[in-house]
Amino acid sequence: MSGLSLDYLFENPGRVLELTLEHLQLSVYALLLGLVIAIPLGVLGARFPALGLPILSVLGAIYTIPSLAFLAILIPVVGLGTNNAVIVLAAYSLTFLVRNIITGLRGVDPAVIEAARGMGLSGAQVFTRVTLPLALPVIVAGVRTATVVTISTATVAGWVAAGGLGRLLFDGVKLRRPEQILAGAIAITLLAILADLLIRWLSRYLAANRARRAATGRT
Amino acid sequence: MTSDSRSGDTGSRITYENVSKRYAGNSGAAAVHDVSLEITPGELVVILGPSGCGKTTLLKLTNRLYEPTGGTIRLDGDDITSLSPTRLRRRMGYVIQQTGLFPHLRIADNVAVVPKLLGWDKARIGRRVDELLELVGLPPDEYRRRYPSQLSGGQQQRVGLARALAGEPRTLLMDEPFGALDAITRTRLQDELRRLHRQMGQTMVFVTHDIEEALRLADRIIVMRDGAVVQYDTPLAVVTRPADEFVAQLVGSGNVMRRLELLPIRDVVRPLDGRAPRADEATILASGTGRAALDRLLESSSDRVIVVDADARPIGWVDFATVHGISQPGAGIASMGIDDTIVTDADAIVATGSSR
Repeated sequence: MSGLSLDYLFENPGRVLELTLEHLQLSVYALLLGLVIAIPLGVLGARFPALGLPILSVLGAIYTIPSLAFLAILIPVVGLGTNNAVIVLAAYSLTFLVRNIITGLRGVDPAVIEAARGMGLSGAQVFTRVTLPLALPVIVAGVRTATVVTISTATVAGWVAAGGLGRLLFDGVKLRRPEQILAGAIAITLLAILADLLIRWLSRYLAANRARRAATGRT
Repeated sequence: MTSDSRSGDTGSRITYENVSKRYAGNSGAAAVHDVSLEITPGELVVILGPSGCGKTTLLKLTNRLYEPTGGTIRLDGDDITSLSPTRLRRRMGYVIQQTGLFPHLRIADNVAVVPKLLGWDKARIGRRVDELLELVGLPPDEYRRRYPSQLSGGQQQRVGLARALAGEPRTLLMDEPFGALDAITRTRLQDELRRLHRQMGQTMVFVTHDIEEALRLADRIIVMRDGAVVQYDTPLAVVTRPADEFVAQLVGSGNVMRRLELLPIRDVVRPLDGRAPRADEATILASGTGRAALDRLLESSSDRVIVVDADARPIGWVDFATVHGISQPGAGIASMGIDDTIVTDADAIVATGSSR
């Protein structure tokens, strides 16, 4: 069956690699933009609980917009290309990023924060030295989910000429070349899995590092 | 008041002048209402009262975690609002019930927080951390590198105490620091706090709702109710001369054994006056309570027990009459005349005691 052939992957490794890098670049831009927006929103939602729910509801609603529709809506505004795709992907990532930032920041023991204030740490010092480090594991978990979702969703960027591995899929459908579709699907899946493993490994490494320091403290 | 000869230069004087705190949107009674009092340098003052009486609010007004809606608080004469809240707080230790240790920092780094904020050099901070861990009974070599989660509740609060003392504050504020500990650990830490206080002489303000803890620790007690100070006096005076029925109820003034358990004998020791102690006479430490003295009297064959200091040197004696005297409602130190009636009563007790 030609449909399950991996020929395309082996015959065009350069092309697949090029599109993979494009795909990655698109995803990283989207995640960075997402973080830049999510951090202030998350801090706001954590500090003022009354704002938390409305913020998350709006972001949840945005996430339910079908991706092709979302891209199409933006065409009259920003046109075709990378910007269009990055905005859509960033908007989708927000719901995961903001939710975990709020959960992480709110999860910090209020007694720890009161002690920090009572000892004379300024507001900024309390945040950077106490609240943020303690919330970080939860925030990183949010980044991990957002990364996987962004890499998968970035496939649709091919539809607005923003490049990436989605191109293999859309072209493959148009040209009736199943092996090209398969190559694109495999590459996207691998990319998502690898990114997930990388971030997971990173957070485990940080936790293990702390545990190791703690263990040596026992002796 | 204790007889310790502490100098005032390691502790701050705290003055409250008509201090009030009313929470916004709360039309009811003020959390703290028109409090005026002075805490003298080096004193260990306990703020005592039922929950909701404003004791924690008064404490938090002192380091500006809350701002008063009226009145002035002075630290060594200076209005505390003349300092920024962070500068003020770095000059005051702060210990809370839940310890609030930083779980992501090692014990040494937890203790080092304020010295770092104060900009001490590394070597000085290291020395200070070891010195403090030693002081609170946690061998530095064993505990320095641990994380708070690896310590028991009592050990964590020892670290909390060390952390609060790290910046060499002249004032220590404590909000029910031993409230979450089991009874044995709590008693031990209370003893150690008294020892630390004697040793270092900071002014300490300690909030609790536990009357036994208050009587055990305090040089003076501030009794609060509904945001106002009802009585501000020594433990002995609060128990023996309660300001009103509320205080009497709170401290259990009516219960003779309770009073004896709580009242120290050090204030009623009678001089030896040539009646040297005999070898067979029972002894009791001057820090002992009336209850302990009564136990010794009932156990021993003699009609007096010899009061000794920490080095086992005899400094005086107490008998049934003196114990009976402190057990009486209204019998403060000043009014402790040993009149005929009391002696007669005491003789009756002696008779009962020796017939056992």
